[in-house]
Amino acid sequence: MEHYWQEISALTMRWVRRLSREKFSMLFTLVQPMLFWLIFFGNLFQRAADTQVMQAPNYISFLAAGVVIMTVLNNGLAGGVDLLFDKENGFLERLMSTPIHRTSVILSRFIFVMAITSMQVLVILGVSYLFGVHPATGILGVATILLIGMMFGVGLTAISMAMAFSVKSHGDFFSVLGFLSLPMIFLSSALVPLTAMPGWMSFLAQFNPMTWAIDAVRPLILSGWTEALPHVGMVILVMLVFDALCLYGGAKAFRRAMG
Amino acid sequence: MDRTIAINVNRLCKTYDSHKAVDDLSFSIYAGEIFGLLGPNGAGKSTTLRTLITLLHPTSGTATVMGHDTVREADTVRTLIGYVPQERAIDRFLTGREHLQLLGALYHLTTDEATKRINELLKLVDLEDHADRPAKTYSGGMKRKLDIACGLLPNPKILFLDEPTLGLDVQSRLRIWEYVRMLKARGMTVVMTTNYLDEADQLCDRLAIIDGGKIKTLGSPVELKIALGGDIVSLTLKELDRIPSLETELKGRPAIKSVRTTTKGLDIRVESPEKALPAILEATNRLGCSIEFIQYNRPRLDDVFIAHTGRAITESIPETESAS
Ligand SMILES: Nc1ncnc2c1ncn2[C@@H]1O[C@H](COP(=O)(O)OP(=O)(O)O)[C@@H](O)[C@H]1O
Ligand SMILES: [Mg+2]
Repeated sequence: MEHYWQEISALTMRWVRRLSREKFSMLFTLVQPMLFWLIFFGNLFQRAADTQVMQAPNYISFLAAGVVIMTVLNNGLAGGVDLLFDKENGFLERLMSTPIHRTSVILSRFIFVMAITSMQVLVILGVSYLFGVHPATGILGVATILLIGMMFGVGLTAISMAMAFSVKSHGDFFSVLGFLSLPMIFLSSALVPLTAMPGWMSFLAQFNPMTWAIDAVRPLILSGWTEALPHVGMVILVMLVFDALCLYGGAKAFRRAMG
Repeated sequence: MDRTIAINVNRLCKTYDSHKAVDDLSFSIYAGEIFGLLGPNGAGKSTTLRTLITLLHPTSGTATVMGHDTVREADTVRTLIGYVPQERAIDRFLTGREHLQLLGALYHLTTDEATKRINELLKLVDLEDHADRPAKTYSGGMKRKLDIACGLLPNPKILFLDEPTLGLDVQSRLRIWEYVRMLKARGMTVVMTTNYLDEADQLCDRLAIIDGGKIKTLGSPVELKIALGGDIVSLTLKELDRIPSLETELKGRPAIKSVRTTTKGLDIRVESPEKALPAILEATNRLGCSIEFIQYNRPRLDDVFIAHTGRAITESIPETESAS
């Protein structure tokens, strides 16, 4: 157990070091493009969006929940990239030839991705606050938002790692990634509520775990606990199933790749 | 000779899809020797090595390291070995010291132990002055040295080196050979792969020539060369008409294996030059042949390779880059 902890903290420290060495990438990790979605989209569509349809005082407060979960999506789906590079340049092999627990590398990656994601979510909620979006459920609500984000993020990171371990080249990885993320966003309630979507889109969006996450985060920001609680309960169930499926797939891919 | 066996490989096969990368290998490696796997790209060297270091499960067959099965007792095996992968397995953003510190934690060393060992290793591979620079500023040779330091950090009983000098300049290659010899002198067992004939010849105590996933021959470089049928003494004679009589004179003598006429003289295959040369000179004297030119060739490892695989190592068609 003590060994396990020693391994995981050293491996997590490596991810932190790598990030801190890449000054540029560190800057863009904190001030990420998602923030522009919030600021530009949020303000741009202020007039175009119908607050009646949105069920929100303004578009930016509607969009905040979507941007939070989109951040989780992007981070999660990209969470396996560094392992992909480690696999390709042999570093992973070097790590796995040491007497570490077989799960240490993966766990360290989860911890790192979750920590970064949480920070970004907090930055987004902070910036929203500056634009007058004050979470209706307070600090506890913010904690719940983080919890939902983490639960969604774990599954996504597992998918990303599974892909990293299975693809033949990193070209494949990035094409699948690009292919996956946009439909995930548009076929969800991130930008418009399901009720405002064409029928076929809202039908598909119901099966998107992202929709469930956003539908729980949004009332936590806009309405209050009574409105939010049923959604929160539901999303926790959905995410448990989602995570279980993703982790199962990830474990399989990992075992196949690591002998 | 009674020697401790460090590694035993028994009927090892590894199949990718339907392609047999390693096909029924059996061999042993003795404790304290430098053992080489020599073969062209795609021969199955890395696959064999990865099996031994527990990263691949054999399709069939077994391998043991210091008596421990590489599949069932993988954890024990991992504590006994150090590994230097074929690729420069370096994180460009970490410094040399940070690489070693990370591995120190993965081998569960205490901070004090690790610090002490890291300083020793940095000194050994001559990276003390560069230890705190990110690895992306290192030259190819420096990266390889760091690689080797990483492999040595656990103070392993057996060190595995996959193509340790691939793509290095002559100077760096010689340095690496020096390290390997020094490790052997310290009692470490070294298992390495290479596709350089001179490296295998000069560095390895014993080697296996491997091609198409199969072992073609195994032995010490000297044994392998001798097994080819001895050294060749080529004579060029001044008087060409004396060639046939000299040939009959030499044929059947104890130290001489075969005699073949060439356009200007004779090619004589000998068992050992020490015994054969006096006999040859004595015969030419007795017959009054004057020698224009005498040349003595030991078979080189190139000849051994060609004899066992049917082609030169450089003629091999490399497999796809990514798979090598
Ligand atoms: N992961 C893999 N998947 C499929 N084929 C592989 C894989 N690794 C190696 N091979 C194939 O196995 C053969 C042996 O490869 P390898 O052991 O890397 O050779 P070497 O190290 O001698 O160059 C090659 O034909 C290679 O294409
Ligand atoms: Mg190889």
